[in-house]
Amino acid sequence: MPELSYREAVRDALSTAMRQDDDVFIMGEDIAEMGGSMGVTHGMLDEFGPARVRNTPISEMALAGTAIGAAMQGMRPVAEIMYEDFMTLASEQVVNQAAKVRYMSGGQLTVPVVFRTQGGAGWSPGAQHAQQLEAWFVHIPGLKVVFASTPEDVRGLLWSAIYDDNPVVFFEHRTLYPIKGNVPQKIEPIPIGKARVHREGEDVTVIATGRLVHESLKAAEEAEKEGISVEIVDPRTLQPLDEETLVGSVKKTNRAVVAHEAVTRMGFGAEVASVLQYQAFDWLDAPIERVGAKFAPLPFAPVMEQFVVPHADDVLQAIYRTVNRKP
Amino acid sequence: MAKVEEKKGTLRKEELKETLREMLLIRRFEERVEERFRAGELPGFLHVAIGQEACAVGVCRALDDGDIIASTHRAHGHTLAKGTHPNELMAELYGKTEGCSHGYGGSMHLYDIEHGNMGANAVIGGGLPHVTGAALAFQLRGEPRVALAFFGDGATNIGTFHEALNLAQLWKVPAVFVLEDNKWAESTPERQHSPIRDLSERAKAFGMKAMKADGQDVEAVYKSTRQALDHARSGKGPVFLHLDTVRFSGHYIGDPQVYRPKDEAKKLRATRDPIETLRERMGMSDDEFAELDSEIVEVVDASVEFAKNGTDPAPEDALKNIYA
Repeated sequence: MPELSYREAVRDALSTAMRQDDDVFIMGEDIAEMGGSMGVTHGMLDEFGPARVRNTPISEMALAGTAIGAAMQGMRPVAEIMYEDFMTLASEQVVNQAAKVRYMSGGQLTVPVVFRTQGGAGWSPGAQHAQQLEAWFVHIPGLKVVFASTPEDVRGLLWSAIYDDNPVVFFEHRTLYPIKGNVPQKIEPIPIGKARVHREGEDVTVIATGRLVHESLKAAEEAEKEGISVEIVDPRTLQPLDEETLVGSVKKTNRAVVAHEAVTRMGFGAEVASVLQYQAFDWLDAPIERVGAKFAPLPFAPVMEQFVVPHADDVLQAIYRTVNRKP
Repeated sequence: MAKVEEKKGTLRKEELKETLREMLLIRRFEERVEERFRAGELPGFLHVAIGQEACAVGVCRALDDGDIIASTHRAHGHTLAKGTHPNELMAELYGKTEGCSHGYGGSMHLYDIEHGNMGANAVIGGGLPHVTGAALAFQLRGEPRVALAFFGDGATNIGTFHEALNLAQLWKVPAVFVLEDNKWAESTPERQHSPIRDLSERAKAFGMKAMKADGQDVEAVYKSTRQALDHARSGKGPVFLHLDTVRFSGHYIGDPQVYRPKDEAKKLRATRDPIETLRERMGMSDDEFAELDSEIVEVVDASVEFAKNGTDPAPEDALKNIYA
């Protein structure tokens, strides 16, 4: 099994699809000569040329909308929106257009477009370059929303997103790009809507996304030392949501923590908690705990940023609360 | 045959009559829509384009099979001119499954993919990037097709307009951007929404070829559109076509138009009616016109009948077509 970084895994999915399929092309700001602001598309211009690796002006509405138009005419574009924060600029096209074209046309059209974007704190860019806005998009019928946390997952899920006939908002986490992991020799598509159990456990289930998957795995190791067995589940796809796997795990462990980097309040975790309490009410032995960012914009000063976003210890404390233990 | 004359951008006599017929169909159709809305039969938010028929018909007649359009919230005329049957359009306005969007769209979301209508849009400027993107798809696949957007003067102030035109010109995609300049952004007159009087200056600022035509003269619209399409199709890049037109009606059906001088629309009707203009040019007699008119009224009557007898969607059909 080859080892790839998360960054290389994204690139491999894009390049492999473009090698086999003329309908796939990529567009975005600084993705050509520069290779993307995160280096994801590095080298792709040389292989595929400027017609299929398209630098765009700083025009998120047109970047998103042009990708939508090309998708409506049968192409499979992948648009890179440099930062999630800039998804707010693209959102007219993503929310009002891409998500609704199929519906408004009574099923006449499909919009097989992927909006790749990334965000995440931990490097002090301040309030406009690291938000986690997945909750905005899971609220929109017509969109699929993916958030992968490992090289294997990001590659297999991006592949499925490219070949899905629906618009997919595909979140990547900035701090995960350098992490390495084994991937299958040949790309194995990972179905959209299927969660992954990263670690089996008996006492409490942690449902985590993005960077918090890795923070939760660290927390689980700590908890293990205290004799608490933790199961870690990554939904990987936020919409549609694999409720069966999530609920099944909680019915087994009887306790749940939901963890993401985005602001806790009104976050994705609130919906997960609602699903769990409704479908596993009689199995729950403790209130569902939620871990996420405090209700503040991301601050600049590193000590404040560190304070606002959650880390392994926040997950660990939440695990302790569910089992009613103090560290 | 016809192609030779079309190249020169002129319409033969029979074609002129057909052109008049199409404009009159749109006029009578929209008058009926106003009437049925006021009678309480039509749900939703409706905008008619009475006065602007020559833009829809002149442009759409010039398109080749395979060319596609994106439309606006004022879309009935474009939709009919692009080939959707009046029955299917009326059925959509009545929210029936026989409608061109099967009851999922309504007046502001008319789609007819079979006829190259990539959709009306209720967000001003919302369809412009789709046209740039569709044209990009044609360019990438080497297809000799053109994507064409309709929009109004109000749309020239929104970001998607500037972003989509900039990108279209930058990439030289085969697109035509048709400005139906009726001088009103809803209730706001052009002098209040734009600091310049000649809106084609905005396209020229991107280096885009800009053309102008009298939007009340269907032959002029047709001729200019053919030229614009030839330019775009030949790979020379997109074209901005500025049509000077007139909205006889309010922004929406029921608009009391308190913002507009009382006799303005009346005067415009008397002097700049595109249907009267063509009829006079053709020298069509009153009798011949009345005969044509009554034929068209029958078509419109039939469309209302068809729509009223259409099938209501099951309420739970609302949960279909969300995902492919």
